[in-house]
Amino acid sequence: MVTRSYMSRREVEQQSFGLPVAIFVPLGAILLQVLLPRLLPALAILDLPLVVTLFFAVSRRSPIAGTITGGTIGLLQDVLTSQPIGVNGMAKSVIGYAAASLGSRIDVENTATRAVLTFAFSLLQSGLLYLIERRLLGIRSFHVLWLHELLRAAANTAVAVPVFLLLDRTKHPE
Amino acid sequence: MDFVTRYKNALFLIAVLLVQAIALAMQVRTPADSSEPDGRSVRLIRMWATSTVTPFERAAHAIGSGMSRGWADYIDLRHVRRQNQDLQQQLTRMRIEQAAIAEDALQGRRLQTLLAFKERYVGTTVAAQVIGSSGSDQSHVLTIDKGSRDGLKPDMAVITQDGIVGKLRDVFPNTAQVLEINDQTSGAGVILASTRIRAILRGTVAGRAQIGNLTADSRIKPGEQVLTSGGDQVYPRGLPVGTIQSIAPDPDHQPYTAIVVRPAVNLDRVEEVLVITGTQSDLPPDAQQDLTAAEAQHAADLSAERLPGIHDNDAPGLPGSPTGTAPPATAAPANGLPPPIPLPRPLPTVHPDRYSAGSSPPASTLTPGASIAPQSAPPASNRQPAPNPDEPK
Repeated sequence: MVTRSYMSRREVEQQSFGLPVAIFVPLGAILLQVLLPRLLPALAILDLPLVVTLFFAVSRRSPIAGTITGGTIGLLQDVLTSQPIGVNGMAKSVIGYAAASLGSRIDVENTATRAVLTFAFSLLQSGLLYLIERRLLGIRSFHVLWLHELLRAAANTAVAVPVFLLLDRTKHPE
Repeated sequence: MDFVTRYKNALFLIAVLLVQAIALAMQVRTPADSSEPDGRSVRLIRMWATSTVTPFERAAHAIGSGMSRGWADYIDLRHVRRQNQDLQQQLTRMRIEQAAIAEDALQGRRLQTLLAFKERYVGTTVAAQVIGSSGSDQSHVLTIDKGSRDGLKPDMAVITQDGIVGKLRDVFPNTAQVLEINDQTSGAGVILASTRIRAILRGTVAGRAQIGNLTADSRIKPGEQVLTSGGDQVYPRGLPVGTIQSIAPDPDHQPYTAIVVRPAVNLDRVEEVLVITGTQSDLPPDAQQDLTAAEAQHAADLSAERLPGIHDNDAPGLPGSPTGTAPPATAAPANGLPPPIPLPRPLPTVHPDRYSAGSSPPASTLTPGASIAPQSAPPASNRQPAPNPDEPK
């Protein structure tokens, strides 16, 4: 009978990516995020960088790598907005860390799991942004429209499932 | 050591968050207002990131605009002829309206002169194309393809023909960021067109433009036009901002009301903008010429009103004219030009006397030294005829 410990499972299932994939996929997601709302303003509700952060975090299953990936993608997002640099950076650092920690404990290859994961982390990010804007930066006028955030989470989930399947092809099993 | 090894992941996360929190604190401290341009170091980081993204945005914009131009210019020409006719008619109507508006402008200028009011007019502008956005519905920022090399500076107003879009935030050598009026860090001084109430327009988290510093006032109604007041030293006075969409009590800031303004410009679909690079105290040369022409026309009209004898009463179309009837207002111009604006004429006299227009006989029929009989005398029963010294008694 084969028994798998927590460490052995993580070591077996850790995925790696080529350098071009690790660089150009996040950049491509940020670029698409900037360009798509120009074509269809409603697409601004999507958060493609979050989807990519989640994918790399749960695939690599390393909290440190997830933190770096999330932080970098979030900071890149911030510099293109009017917000102070670090708002998305902090939120996505936490998301990357949490997703990677969770990815080493559950089966993230399952489509349903991925959908639930994306939905939950999308809402978590909204909560984190609220905390950062309202509590850390002291912006009293900042409100979270929770119905809008639920819609955002649903939209991100709808996009994440096919994007995850597409990005699965870029994995290099170790 | 075991502690560090065991919790290295969590410690790493805490370190990353701490660094970013410190960076945030430094940015929030200087400058205080988030709608202002960033500090030097942050601006540098934004410039690098923008420079990385801009080539892709330019390429995507070029491809997109090329395709849409090809479609619009060569394929989708179905309604162009009809549209051209409509535009010609619209132009004719606007020329007539322009004359009326010029009258108001003249009056306004006279009043401003009396009050020694210093007006600022849009002087010079730079046309730019929108090539990108922030990509987030929590930050309403546009990227345009002109920068400091084209003379742009932070806080310059950005407009379209429909109204204001926002102001420049960070300006880089070849690109610039436009902070839209519906961004939550944006603000503009506005005035309500009919009630002349001054207010501050701010963006909200939901991406709406909202006036939040007014208490409930029954004079403020939905549909009222909102203009720039010029008080913020960014937007010149009198530019359209939008119309009031809804008025409701603001639950967060009692007793103030939340007045939602629908922007005059469709901020989600802005393609081309004008950046106001300079204002001046005098009108631009073209507008000055138009106003001079209107002033001359106004002076001619006044002369015509004061000299009723020079009117040609036999001219067709004048009220009270014996031969003419007024031409239909919708008559098509014969030479393609707009129909001439009818000059104001004095109304027919209710009680004519010898000083009334048309009461004097033509000079050719008069005899030197002879007395002039009144043309329209009152009834004979009420008045005796004037004695004629030449007539034998």
